[in-house]
Amino acid sequence: MSDVQFRFREDESVADPGVTVDVFGQQTNAAAVRLEPGDDARDLLPHLERLRLIEVNFPVFTDGRGFSSARVLREAGYTGELRAVGEIPVDHLALLRRCGFDAFAPEPPLNPADAETAFARWNDVYQATGDGRVPIWARRHHGTQNG
Amino acid sequence: MYKYDTYDQAMVDTRVEEFRDQVKRRLEGHLSEDHFKPLRLQNGLYLQLHAYMLRVAVPYGTLSSAQMRVLGDIADKYDRGYGHFTTRQNIQYNWIQLDQTPDLLAELAAVEMHAIQTSGNCIRNISSDQYAGAAADEIVDPRPYAELLRQWSSFHPEFLVLPRKFKIAVIASETDRAAMKLHDIGIRMIRNSAGELGAAFYVGGGMGRTPMIAPLIREFVPLDQLITYAEACLRVYNRYGRRDNKYKARIKILVHELGKDEYTRQVEEEFAHLLTQGIEPPVAELERIKAHFPDPAYDASAADTLDRSDPDFALWVDRNCAPHKQPGYMIATISLKPVGGIPGDASGDQMRLMADLGLEYSFDELRVTHAQNIVLPHVRKADLYALWQQLEAAGLGTANLDRIGDIIACPGLDYCSLANARSIPVAQKISERFATKEADLGEIKLKISGCINACGHHHAGHIGILGVDKKGTENYQLLLGGCEGDDTSLGTITGPGFSEDGIVDAIDKATDVYLAHKQGDERLLDTYRRIGMAPFKEAIYE
Repeated sequence: MSDVQFRFREDESVADPGVTVDVFGQQTNAAAVRLEPGDDARDLLPHLERLRLIEVNFPVFTDGRGFSSARVLREAGYTGELRAVGEIPVDHLALLRRCGFDAFAPEPPLNPADAETAFARWNDVYQATGDGRVPIWARRHHGTQNG
Repeated sequence: MYKYDTYDQAMVDTRVEEFRDQVKRRLEGHLSEDHFKPLRLQNGLYLQLHAYMLRVAVPYGTLSSAQMRVLGDIADKYDRGYGHFTTRQNIQYNWIQLDQTPDLLAELAAVEMHAIQTSGNCIRNISSDQYAGAAADEIVDPRPYAELLRQWSSFHPEFLVLPRKFKIAVIASETDRAAMKLHDIGIRMIRNSAGELGAAFYVGGGMGRTPMIAPLIREFVPLDQLITYAEACLRVYNRYGRRDNKYKARIKILVHELGKDEYTRQVEEEFAHLLTQGIEPPVAELERIKAHFPDPAYDASAADTLDRSDPDFALWVDRNCAPHKQPGYMIATISLKPVGGIPGDASGDQMRLMADLGLEYSFDELRVTHAQNIVLPHVRKADLYALWQQLEAAGLGTANLDRIGDIIACPGLDYCSLANARSIPVAQKISERFATKEADLGEIKLKISGCINACGHHHAGHIGILGVDKKGTENYQLLLGGCEGDDTSLGTITGPGFSEDGIVDAIDKATDVYLAHKQGDERLLDTYRRIGMAPFKEAIYE
């Protein structure tokens, strides 16, 4: 398991590595699971209560299915750690944050200064993605935001 | 037209700085070419055969005079004095230096322009009807909806690493001038039986090596759910689109393999879920955008008559001008297809002249068409003659809109690293050969692609040409019967391919067959549809 290099949570990190989705289905007590790009994040929805860590693997940075997996999980109310692992370019960090990731274990690790710049780059955003950031359209129309 | 507010400007400025940082990391060796490639592509920067090529976005094809002027200046300052208008209503420059690109992007940002998502596996620049806001047959100006989609799709964090590129077109007329059904998503703004505005969604069209016409997956999406529905379409694609084979990764393959009904079912399910997530901008935002697209201050007393005493001028009006919704006005198209020229190319001087003419005669507005021409959308009939004279003097007065010389061509092997054959010399030969015959041939849409990726839309040409590599030599296949409009159809290959000169002769023979069989006002396409391939094939391969 690669090390967590960036984490935006206060709670204690789960030490156990995530099990595969197949194994998770058979272990009634596992608190950590690892999603591969081909796994359906919605298969985890009945079990979100007991999950404290979901790792989403990016074996290659050009496969973007994990971006949708993250949003599906957050939209379903998952509040545990959502960790991006694997090949994560520094230029994807801000995008992954917006999709709901709050921990990052990039392999290879990233230059910390570049990462800091990347996380802080965008003051505003165009879309509502459930990450709590207020989209530009809402800033333009105070109080008229759709529910 | 749309004007940036401080938010829009900050987004584009931030992107320039981000890209400057990426280029710096690349030049310093901290970023490998493999990792830099998707980043530069999402800023429109390709590495071509001889140099970097930069594609600049022209959202829904609309430009101000100031913007067109800067495009001309960039051609002189950063390129070799010209630019190439593309089939996605953009402009690209073929001789760009990597280290100068951030400064170039900063100059664009100063006039509210950018190169964001003009390439790469993401949602590309949104295209639209080049006559938007002026067409006599539109139910509403489609551009505010395209702008709403532009903002939603710009930097959308979930959809920047899609299986493949993703193209969206928005129209609002009966006549489809944007090849809407040949897009990943084609949107037609419509009114339902209650008179409410909404959007019909066609999903899964495209050209490339497996051309498909998009099926209608939803007849009516209410205006206050437009973004949510688009997001559902994209999410299903991002999750389930194929990633094992680049040539099967477009959404058309997903829709085809799942079947329209199953894809639609999945989208509807995702849509129902996303409606609970509050991702839709308020209607007030759409109203804010709409306010940027008012009708120009037309001269209500503008004469609705035209002095046609100069026959060359009258010909240009008949060929290149279209009816306007406002009496006394016309829509004028500037052909970038002079006889023997490179389709879609314009020099820096020509761009600055067009900018001046747009300011003087068309309420400071110009459009780029997917057929690689420029439109002045709102010209007083009384001004047309003066406009035409200035165009003539600058080599921009060619009267050949939708004629055989009005060729769509990709850059081909002269520039493109993907191409198998050259497109430009074939276009030049055809335009020279048929310059005199053109008048008899009526409307013909001729489109040339230099490889199977179909950037020159050959599938949708009444006459299509596909360049292939045949054992190391360039070979050209001929297609007949394609069409991009409301009666969208895909062309059929006539048979074995031809040499560069042979393809010109073959087209000559095909047009002779048309002239011999033509009934009444039939176009070549109509005659082909009536009599079929056989008579053409017989003449071409006799």
